[in-house]
Amino acid sequence: MIYLDHAATTPMRPGVWEAMRPYSDEVFGNSSGVHDVSRRAKNALEEARERIAATIRARPQEIVLTSGGTESDNLALKGVALNRNSRSGVVTVATEHEAVLETTDFLRRLGLSTKVIGVDGGGRVDLEALIDAVDSDTVVLSVMYLNNETGMIQDLPRIVAAVRDHDPDVLIHSDAVQAFSSEDLDVDVLGVDLLTLTGHKFGGPKGAGLLYVREGTPLEPLLHGGGQELGRRSGTHDVAGAAGLAAAMEAAVADRPRFRTEVGQIRDDFEKRVVAGVPDLVVNTPETMRSPHHLNLRFPGVRNETLLMRLDRAGVAASAGSACQSGASEVSHVLEAMGLGAEQARESVRFSFGWNSTVEEAIDAADIVLGLVEELR
Amino acid sequence: MRALVAMSGGVDSSVAAALMKTAGYDVTGVTLKLWSGPNGEAPTAGCCTVSDAEDARRVAAQLDIPYYVLDYTEEFRHGVVDRFVHDYASGRTPNPCIECNRTVKFDRLLSGLADFDCQVLVTGHHARNCLEDGVWALRRGEDRGKDQSYVLSMLTQSELSRTRFPVGDLTKAAVRSVATEMGLRTAAKPESMDICFVGQRDYRSFLRDIAPEVFEPGAVVGSDGADIARHEGIIGFTVGQRRGLGIAVGEPRFVVRIDAGTSTVVLGRRDELAVGGVELRQVTWTGGIPATGRIMAQYRAHGEPVAATLSDDRLLFAEPQEAVAPGQTIAFYDDDRVLGGALIADTFG
Repeated sequence: MIYLDHAATTPMRPGVWEAMRPYSDEVFGNSSGVHDVSRRAKNALEEARERIAATIRARPQEIVLTSGGTESDNLALKGVALNRNSRSGVVTVATEHEAVLETTDFLRRLGLSTKVIGVDGGGRVDLEALIDAVDSDTVVLSVMYLNNETGMIQDLPRIVAAVRDHDPDVLIHSDAVQAFSSEDLDVDVLGVDLLTLTGHKFGGPKGAGLLYVREGTPLEPLLHGGGQELGRRSGTHDVAGAAGLAAAMEAAVADRPRFRTEVGQIRDDFEKRVVAGVPDLVVNTPETMRSPHHLNLRFPGVRNETLLMRLDRAGVAASAGSACQSGASEVSHVLEAMGLGAEQARESVRFSFGWNSTVEEAIDAADIVLGLVEELR
Repeated sequence: MRALVAMSGGVDSSVAAALMKTAGYDVTGVTLKLWSGPNGEAPTAGCCTVSDAEDARRVAAQLDIPYYVLDYTEEFRHGVVDRFVHDYASGRTPNPCIECNRTVKFDRLLSGLADFDCQVLVTGHHARNCLEDGVWALRRGEDRGKDQSYVLSMLTQSELSRTRFPVGDLTKAAVRSVATEMGLRTAAKPESMDICFVGQRDYRSFLRDIAPEVFEPGAVVGSDGADIARHEGIIGFTVGQRRGLGIAVGEPRFVVRIDAGTSTVVLGRRDELAVGGVELRQVTWTGGIPATGRIMAQYRAHGEPVAATLSDDRLLFAEPQEAVAPGQTIAFYDDDRVLGGALIADTFG
């Protein structure tokens, strides 16, 4: 199988599973307990938290360990909007992940003020409209750093600066789950108050993610109970998950320079080959401000559902966008927000590369894509 | 040979996939996503719900075949649901399952067969399809009680040549026992009797939600023209209908005619339901050759075939028939062999 769906999830990096295994085996203790096996688990958990925090230059107590990106997005928005605060409005962007958009819609149904801002043809948010939308009722602005479907990178530092200039009190959240493999993430350079990350997008385990919460940010928990995570997220700790997350984050940070050049080159080689073979191909991923590992292509006249099925049977794994419960490929809301029609969105396929992608398999995959596209047209 | 199996998540299509695999085909399973909810809105909890697809997916995994969900919601909306509404609004009684077979399942899957890199389409219908003297013959299924050849009566030679119905040779009990022997999770699954997009609601409330604009109030009159009551719209009334007329008169009354032009529903006694024959439209001939003369005709999915005579676009029943509704499909048979099918355009005498 040639796996070109790293934006959906990634295989674990070497050493991650080994880092996790002891905490599902001999060091199985509940990290909140009083005896030796629990103390050892607790110690491993806090050590993992310190290592996790260091990768984004945060403080350990600013890391809330969660089950992943969806939970972190939910906690970020609901946690600040439902907190007893004079402000409760949410502003976000049309190209966000469903975890943000559906949470925003839930808050709208609760009666909170919510606004969803549009993007241009490349996926860049309309900064002027964004600033206009932030008013005295806005508690949080949520802007994805690197888009999961197209690989488009928002100019987050500029957006943060402009919003802060307009209103220094509004909190800023960013879902950065797609960015960790390739982008240097320093919470102070980005200037965000809340940041979502999840392990399985960069070679870590599924079910282990985090929400960075800048010190002093009032946050209502979603899960009430034993008071773990300083009361921000109750529930017995997944120590193995935390250990795996820490190992994967360190490995990904160490691998970043290579990832940016090598994986970027592999993606570029794949893109060049496919573009050369399909004259009327449309590259939905913007030319600049793009990640090194995503590529969203539109093949006019080819239904993506059919192409993906044929690719799967030919041993190439790709996708049409966000994975969905039924497996049916829905019309991408991201591409629609960028101005594509439903039919054009249905002709678009996402290829995403990762830490173990090779140039040989990318070239093979490009040739398979070219053969199938020619056959299907 | 590669086979594309339309898997609904029921036992018949599960066994159809299993039998094709056992027969040595390279099998791919697909489930069609046709409808999101009663009002077409996507469920808010999660991006898409296809509960039956889960069973199909699990069976496909058990059979170790590739499996996909294909999104045909737009085709279904236009080809089936809009037409369902339009037919009712025009005083006809639509048959959405047959329209779905015709315009979505067979049309879309067969026209896409080459794109899916498959040679044959397989469904779990109870019918038989065999090459006899160079012609694909469509016959009733082995299990006469479950026979579905009526809903396939619009298929042509070109379509039949690329279609297989592997459970048509089995009784329903045999299908279930194959499923049980193979340990398929759908072995004991009950059959769905509802129209998939209406669900367990009644037609009128579904139609009222989806197409309130076609509800035009009118009169309910007797066959002598006397006013009996008012109705809120002819949509949802069916020729032959007795229940739900909202009137109490001594003798049982039935809908004998629906006049869409004046939005009038005409009631009459049972003997006024009888019709001598029907006008046909969209006639298809299974073998490619028009039949004439004495044949057997079936005008309900599970109705008994009755003797009739065909001449061009008219069919004359040997005995008058009750509750023959314009819009319904009528299938023509020679013993257990399907000769063709048509839509009932109108009834006469």
